[in-house]
Amino acid sequence: MNRKFKTAGAPHFPPQTTVTRVMLQVLIALIPAIAAHVWFFGPGILFQITLAVGFAVGFEAMMLKARHQPVRLFLGDLSAVLTAVLFALCIPPLAPWWISLIGMLFAIVVAKHLYGGLGNNLFNPAMVGYVVVLISFPQAMTAWLPPVAIAPVPLGIMDTLAAILGGKLPGDLTWDAITGATPLDLIRTSVASGEMISEARSSPVFGDFGGLGWEWIANWYAVGGIWLLWRRVIGWHVPVTMIGSVLLLGLIAWLTDPGSNPSPLQHVFSGALMIGAFFIATDPVSGCASTRGRLIFGAGVGIITLVIRRWGGYPDGVAFAVLLMNMAAPLIDRYTRPRIFGR
Amino acid sequence: MRDHLVNEARKAGERLHHFHGGLRLRHNKKISCTTPVEKVPLATRYFVPLLQQTGREAKALVSTGQKILKGDPIGSFAHLGSGYVHAPTSGIVTAIARHPNSHPSGEDGACIVIKPDGLDQWKPLQPIENWEQAEPGLLRQKIQESGIVGLGGAVFPTAYKVGEASLRGIHTLILNGSECEPYISCDEMLMREQPQSIILGARILQRAIGAERTIIAIEDQMGAVHASLSGAVEQSGATEIDIVQVTTIYPEGGEKQLVQVLTGLEIPSGGRPTDLGLLCQNVATATAVARAVVEDKPLIERIVTVTGNGVRRPRNLMAQLGTPIANLVDQCGGYTGDAARLILGGPMMGYALSSDSNPVIKAANCILVLTESDIQPPQPEMPCIRCGECARVCPSMLLPQQLDWSIRNDLWEEASDLGLADCIECGCCDFVCPSHIPLVDWFRFGKAELQLLAAEREQAEAARKRFEAREARLQRLELERKQRIAEKKRALGSANDKRKKIAAAVERARSGKGGGS
Repeated sequence: MNRKFKTAGAPHFPPQTTVTRVMLQVLIALIPAIAAHVWFFGPGILFQITLAVGFAVGFEAMMLKARHQPVRLFLGDLSAVLTAVLFALCIPPLAPWWISLIGMLFAIVVAKHLYGGLGNNLFNPAMVGYVVVLISFPQAMTAWLPPVAIAPVPLGIMDTLAAILGGKLPGDLTWDAITGATPLDLIRTSVASGEMISEARSSPVFGDFGGLGWEWIANWYAVGGIWLLWRRVIGWHVPVTMIGSVLLLGLIAWLTDPGSNPSPLQHVFSGALMIGAFFIATDPVSGCASTRGRLIFGAGVGIITLVIRRWGGYPDGVAFAVLLMNMAAPLIDRYTRPRIFGR
Repeated sequence: MRDHLVNEARKAGERLHHFHGGLRLRHNKKISCTTPVEKVPLATRYFVPLLQQTGREAKALVSTGQKILKGDPIGSFAHLGSGYVHAPTSGIVTAIARHPNSHPSGEDGACIVIKPDGLDQWKPLQPIENWEQAEPGLLRQKIQESGIVGLGGAVFPTAYKVGEASLRGIHTLILNGSECEPYISCDEMLMREQPQSIILGARILQRAIGAERTIIAIEDQMGAVHASLSGAVEQSGATEIDIVQVTTIYPEGGEKQLVQVLTGLEIPSGGRPTDLGLLCQNVATATAVARAVVEDKPLIERIVTVTGNGVRRPRNLMAQLGTPIANLVDQCGGYTGDAARLILGGPMMGYALSSDSNPVIKAANCILVLTESDIQPPQPEMPCIRCGECARVCPSMLLPQQLDWSIRNDLWEEASDLGLADCIECGCCDFVCPSHIPLVDWFRFGKAELQLLAAEREQAEAARKRFEAREARLQRLELERKQRIAEKKRALGSANDKRKKIAAAVERARSGKGGGS
């Protein structure tokens, strides 16, 4: 008796990985840095992540429904969750709750779904959300806390929650009293006022290379990033050229004028450079696809970041650099197509 | 240019090179290599497809009710692209009918149905005596008449390849024994058990194409094969045959990849190994050539690996072409309870069959039966996230994600520019895609569509030429007609002139009469 079988196209192996697994691994790689964030700056980041994830999932579900897409399938891909976590890691831990709401509105609804959803967004959604709130609400976006170790008044869990949700600080504390400039802010203002970097560096917010606390968070981003490299979730091209270009150009600037330029290590270990190099500029959807393209993309983000930090209007420039390079990515891809075998 | 490449290619095998991408896959070969190759007993019916190679169906040479002997040609070379098919045993042709024919299309095809008489009696055999002195042309003719095709799976007619090679000048014959797809072990078993036959085939092929040397490429994980082959080489006394072990990275056994591994050179896009002075043949093809030449036995059987978690006792079988696959599975202890997919070929490039009534064909290197847990329920397709894994593993250095995009959007020029025709359908991109996009399916569809477009363009071009020729002809005829009329008119005109002159003269004469002078 002959037996019948169902047919399907080759290859006949089950899928090796899924989009969900890719996103999940990136989220796992962020855990050490998030833990370090809590260690140095208190529990604020955890509330911000919770808020952002909540808004992101809500907007994602809404947009999927509106676009007649399978909600459960696409919510399960975790891409919205990852966008939210990356966004939360970029905003001040005491930022008011509506910062997340507006950030996620632009990230998920505008940057992602209006461009066609997962895989079709031209710009990195987390960076779009971040830049929108950065430009629109400069005051809320500068509510950075100094590291717990040097904070005049460390805030407890309930105080943090009250500050984020109600904008209220315990007792008669003022915002100015508990928040402070970030290391990059200080460098910026000191250079602008003609001070030497070395003078600015005497502030307690600085650590060995970068900012106190910040440099450790950067280390943990790097550890998570290297784990992703090892897991082959990301390629080495973008992180290496991005950090490499910052080191190289930063070194040249520092050697020529150490008075007004921070050391290249200072650059690498402060601000969003590490998270940018391993977690943001490596976003495949909005980045370059070809190998050579990725080398150019990473170097471009690094160079633009340095230019903005040195001459631009903002202390850090990773987000703008990423968005600018996102814009150039299709063109770069067009001109960096690999040579086809035998041609 | 070719001379340079050809000279470079002479260094084949001296040093091993890398190729782009590829995958390290679990081999799963051992399970079918524990017992020697077994012969499949006579079946009650054979279904021999008339199409068993890349090309077109052969023309049936027999009719229903005809008695035939083992090895008799039953289908023949009719036009370019078709090839000989022979009787796998002696018996009676009971029908020439459409039947599942193990073709990738899944459509039925013309098969010659044979009821064996149980004698398994050969046709009168007329081997080529003393092949060492035989004309290369005679050897090539024997290869063609024996219905030999590439047995690595591509089933390209060997006679055609060898014929082209003999014209273009070949220095090195490469025998491909690096069967890179998981599960398949028929070549490995062949190299273990019949190394003399492979060496003999290599020497005959060398003579048929005029090559100076042979490289037999095997995988570095095929333990016993190296010893067995080198023993046979030593025994034959052939000094021009080298055995080279290549690193096992799928798809290093692909023709283009193997040539790159051995020479460091890339076969030009759209070209063949002959562009480098090389000819690649599968090891099993070499044994088929040896049998054809020294025994006059055409290609009527091959080793088939029957394996996978879906069969009880995986092993390699020597099967007559036309044997229903069900017979092979039975000999391997039948299916396990959870057998779910029947594949002809390997897990990466093989195609799923809808029924085990399909016969063994020349291309059948492997019958793979996978279970439910092997294949798992199909995962939903997600949008491409441009992770670039597909490009990283592509041995042809293509951008599968962009190809996929251009095919889905009917951008055929773009697809062509992106190298759709250079895709070898190895399945690496598909395998690593986190979004489970059936890339290879799209590429096969795209290739077919490109061919169709090219054919249409050719047709349109021919039609245009016909139209222009017709227009030109009509114009010419019109012109000629006009010329004829004009000439006639002129002729008539001159006739009129004459008449007028005559009339005028008459008139003058008359008036002269009247007027006097």
